[in-house]
Amino acid sequence: MTAVTDPTARAAGADNPGLGARPVGDQPWRRISGMVAIGALAQMFIALSGMPVGLDDRTIIEPVLSLGYLGLVWLPLLMGYRAGCEPVLEGMPVHAKGRREVVAGALVGIGAGASISILVLLLHNFDLRDPLVNWGPQLAEVLGFGRSPGFAVIIWIAIGAGGGAAAGSLHLVPSPIRRAVIAMAATVIGAAVIERVVTDLAGGLGLGTAADRLYAPRGGLSWPGAVALAAVSGIAAGSGRGRISRTRTRIQTLEGTTRTVTNAALVVAAGLVAVVLPLLVGKITNELLANVGMFVLLALGLNIVVGLAGILDLGYVAFYAVGGYTVAVLTASASPGIAPELPWLAALVGVVVMAVLTGLFIGAPVIRMRGDYLAIVTLGFGEIIRLLFLSDWLSGWFGGAQGITNIPGVQVFGLATVKGTDPRAVLYLVMVFCALAVYVSWRLERSRLGRAWMAIREDESVAEVMGVNTVNAKLLAFVVGAVLGSFSGAIFAAKVGSIFPSSFLILISIIILVVVIFGGMGNVVGVIAGAVVLVGVLGGPRQPGLLQELSEYKLLVYGALLVWMMIQRPEGLVPNVGRNRELHPDEFRQDAWLRGRASCGEHDKGANAADDSEARRR
Amino acid sequence: MNSEPILQTRNLSVTFGGLKALADLDFAVEKGEIVSVIGPNGAGKTTLFNLISAMTAPSSGDIRFEGSSILGLDPNQVTARGIARTFQNVRLFAKMTVLENVMVAQHCRTRQGVLGALLYTRAFRREEAEIRAYGHEVLSFFGSRLTGYRLDQPASVLSYANRRRLEIARAMATRPELILLDEPVAGMNPVESAQLTELIARLRDEWGLTVVLIEHDMSVVRDVSDRVVVLDHGETIAGGSYRDVSTDPAVIEAYLGRRAESP
Amino acid sequence: MAVTTRRKRASRTRIDWFLVVLRFTALAVIGAGLLAFVAQQIDPANPFARWANPDATGLTGAQFQGLVVAGLSQGAMYGLIALGYSMVYGVLGFINFAHGEVFMVGAMTGMIASNKLADAGAWESNFIGSLTIIVLVAIAASTATAVVMERVAYRPLRGSPYLVALITSIGVSFFLQNVSVVLLGPAAKAYPALPEWLTAKRTPLEIEGTRILVIVVAGVSMAVLWFLVERTRMGRSMRAVAEDKEIAALMGINVDRTIVTTFAVGGAMAGVAGILWGILFRSVIHTTGFLPGIKAFSAAVVGGIGNMGGAMAGGVTLGTAEAVGPLTILEPLGVVGVSQLRDAVAFAVLILVLLIRPSGLFGERLSTEERA
Repeated sequence: MTAVTDPTARAAGADNPGLGARPVGDQPWRRISGMVAIGALAQMFIALSGMPVGLDDRTIIEPVLSLGYLGLVWLPLLMGYRAGCEPVLEGMPVHAKGRREVVAGALVGIGAGASISILVLLLHNFDLRDPLVNWGPQLAEVLGFGRSPGFAVIIWIAIGAGGGAAAGSLHLVPSPIRRAVIAMAATVIGAAVIERVVTDLAGGLGLGTAADRLYAPRGGLSWPGAVALAAVSGIAAGSGRGRISRTRTRIQTLEGTTRTVTNAALVVAAGLVAVVLPLLVGKITNELLANVGMFVLLALGLNIVVGLAGILDLGYVAFYAVGGYTVAVLTASASPGIAPELPWLAALVGVVVMAVLTGLFIGAPVIRMRGDYLAIVTLGFGEIIRLLFLSDWLSGWFGGAQGITNIPGVQVFGLATVKGTDPRAVLYLVMVFCALAVYVSWRLERSRLGRAWMAIREDESVAEVMGVNTVNAKLLAFVVGAVLGSFSGAIFAAKVGSIFPSSFLILISIIILVVVIFGGMGNVVGVIAGAVVLVGVLGGPRQPGLLQELSEYKLLVYGALLVWMMIQRPEGLVPNVGRNRELHPDEFRQDAWLRGRASCGEHDKGANAADDSEARRR
Repeated sequence: MNSEPILQTRNLSVTFGGLKALADLDFAVEKGEIVSVIGPNGAGKTTLFNLISAMTAPSSGDIRFEGSSILGLDPNQVTARGIARTFQNVRLFAKMTVLENVMVAQHCRTRQGVLGALLYTRAFRREEAEIRAYGHEVLSFFGSRLTGYRLDQPASVLSYANRRRLEIARAMATRPELILLDEPVAGMNPVESAQLTELIARLRDEWGLTVVLIEHDMSVVRDVSDRVVVLDHGETIAGGSYRDVSTDPAVIEAYLGRRAESP
Repeated sequence: MAVTTRRKRASRTRIDWFLVVLRFTALAVIGAGLLAFVAQQIDPANPFARWANPDATGLTGAQFQGLVVAGLSQGAMYGLIALGYSMVYGVLGFINFAHGEVFMVGAMTGMIASNKLADAGAWESNFIGSLTIIVLVAIAASTATAVVMERVAYRPLRGSPYLVALITSIGVSFFLQNVSVVLLGPAAKAYPALPEWLTAKRTPLEIEGTRILVIVVAGVSMAVLWFLVERTRMGRSMRAVAEDKEIAALMGINVDRTIVTTFAVGGAMAGVAGILWGILFRSVIHTTGFLPGIKAFSAAVVGGIGNMGGAMAGGVTLGTAEAVGPLTILEPLGVVGVSQLRDAVAFAVLILVLLIRPSGLFGERLSTEERA
């Protein structure tokens, strides 16, 4: 337990973003050949995972591109771009770019194309269906375009070479064009992904016809729609250089009251959107948003524990379970033990009490442990709690594997009943609690306790020497996180109407952790954005997201994303603006140089790190 | 009771894996003194600080502060009693701002908890304002170096000398009686270290603190100390005024002698 | 070996008191359960035996023996996995959470290989030869997984705080599980049936041959590993790197290569353990690595992390406790359906050990950086 416990504060020199940053000019071809090999293997894996088949039904652009093919095409493009991307230490002279970028991109693309081609040939000649479940005629059909293997080989290598070279040559074009191209691709794919929300919303606003133009009748963007979107976004991105980040900076540098007013206006605007949006969209979208909201709530709770206090709690799902079961026992008439049949709001008091007790009970033994032991032990507690709910021993109270059913909804002062059949009402309920969680995070972060948590996160032993009672502070973080997590469980129980131990797998803890890290630990806005993007698009452990077709693969994506984030951007995708505020560009640059942060090409340094992250996301 | 030293160690020993880092050390500091602890590397100086601030537990012996033993207390309780310290290898809360660094150090002098923060009570707001004001006061001790736009900068972007200053400010913010400075001028240029030497004297004269510092820079030791204690191999080999110590043959052999060989 | 002396606490906080109470409660529950069990074994009609659980039946000698042997063989498997956790922790100071998945990869490849061999008829005709082949295949797959994992995920993070590496390893674990799902499908897959002569209970001790086989294989692997670490150049560099990376580098040891070797050796042991799992349970699924992984980590902690002999001993201790504990402690106390709580017992052992003796039963051996 030495030095810094915060993952984001890395020692200089350790800040080496994996593939992208070997020493400058040090055998570039070796690095490129490595990327070719990685690209080929990864491409083969994607094909064998069955994604091309499983995702083929989802259309991105009506006649030309399905999600299945997109799954095969993105890798050579991205890696082709990365291959040509010479790592440059900021402040060092930029290496002259030229043919090498294009050739490197093309090579990586050819590698990926060749691996698909080999797979096509293998598919035609061997049967490996025994271990590999996706091996078979369907895969051969998709990969071979339904034609002869020879044709497929030529096409795949051509696609790889062309795509890779094009991606590599992005390094050579002026930056507005590059930005425009990236923006076009992102907008088109993004619009196709959020199709359901857009059509739903357009219907609610009476713009149904416009949405019909944009999207094809059988799903996916229609090609004229895609072209129009691409044109608009391309022009906007190409011409509006840094306008967004400039606006941001301007808002951040506002002084005193102006700033308070602006902030207040932003909050009110967000609140208005939150109130109006559920009215405009249909049941399915509301259901989706309600699921997202429950994860926002969980992620905000975990963010206090992991993000602010730096305690890696892997058993967070335990509090979700405790919240759910407390509500079930206290409100359901079918509760096997005691069944007081309280109204939900009264049961909420019980939820808070139980969450605090569980938090103290789990927290007290682990709080003095080394951070890594703590992680595993909390994981153990999370699993023990689920096993106890599942066991015959306590089935007299919690129903064992049969769970507790017939949980009534939430009566809001006799005005309305919120239950799963009315997702809009659930969404409003969830949003109330999310707002509460945001308020709690916001207030605590700017309090004596919040500062103590951050100090513990930065350096626990120094925090203790500076007079912070670390045991108490950490325990409080644990308890506050527990209470927020249990709220989500309480809503979950009322929403679903029945509760089973299988709803509380460890996997939920991991997914919430991914959400928090993806959004940026300790950053409330980031965590909310992370939850909306990840859970909204990929879906929760059981709940479908916008890319329903991806459900078989979403856990894979979560895992890969977690590794990728930790290696490339441990600070999260949304940089913590509050922390970087009022940094003078000079010092920022100097700092970046000191940290030896290798980066690609001529990113705008420092001041608009936000812009930077946008670019990387694409 | 006035005769009792503010800090006193008795027969203090600590052993690391068979190596005796401190051996039956008796060390005392009177209230209002500035005492320098010097000695060659590995003499046990930082170990002494670690023991006083309860980061390490002694194998035997006692540490008494203001008349009562502080043995067995947690580091935060020691700080609450009124001992603050800095670290040889500056250990700031890197991602917290300059102001937050000194605000968090007032933790043990303040009381507000979760409820106060959530309900945004009057008491909470008053306390926050006090913490902030005292933070400003402590930081302005170093002139304009840590104030103004720097208040909201993360500690990690400060220059090395400023980080050392911020560490001292952070220790001062715990409102101590006794402050332990571990090589406060290490890495500073002569002008900066002369300025800091002056500030150390002001710590006693204006802030009423008792100061113990570990220092290798002999000019600082000469200019600021009322008394110098020389440690070698975990034992006191000399003590007294700078002049006495610097002419003590044992010291010259153990310490200054070695310096002369390899300046 | 722990160097930092623990603070003697003159001042006990409420949490300390709570922990003291917790420790004594846990010990009291264990004691009461054991006493009730013993009472029952002496005389089933004994009132103390019926105090909490009137239906308790106790165990016959053969049942008890069976449980112990089952515990020992599973424990030996945990021990082999625990070595990987322990060695990596010793060298890099972080918990490689994905090590359980390395084990799962071994079990999966073993399943594929053994089924292919069974299809070819070799499994029945030459079982020992087939076993050797699948052990080698599993070792190769697990070692490759461990090495690639180190290269891709952990090397870029060298020197960053342990939490970063730990979170990354959680991601790797999650990823590998799901790689298995998408490539091989989510259903559980079976090993081919073991030959009759192996599964039959042998007369003198009434122990299944498979249990003995597992213990023998684990013992041999452990002996080979001990030889590698204590008697070879490679082993010396591993110990040196575990002691102090920088000094080892100054002494001309290639730290990178040594770390890779550590992962490879840990992976090989996990591969062997994967085959043992296949022999013991004959069924493998993508989540196979999760619980044994956590339990093996617990075993490493019980034995004192970084301590290789301790890892093996911890594995055996934990395996036995998990097999015997529910029936000898929980059942006499009137807990119903105790076999469901086996995993909970394993976690409880981990928590208890960390509460009562955080450095494990056999002491830790950590590198200097971790001790500070």
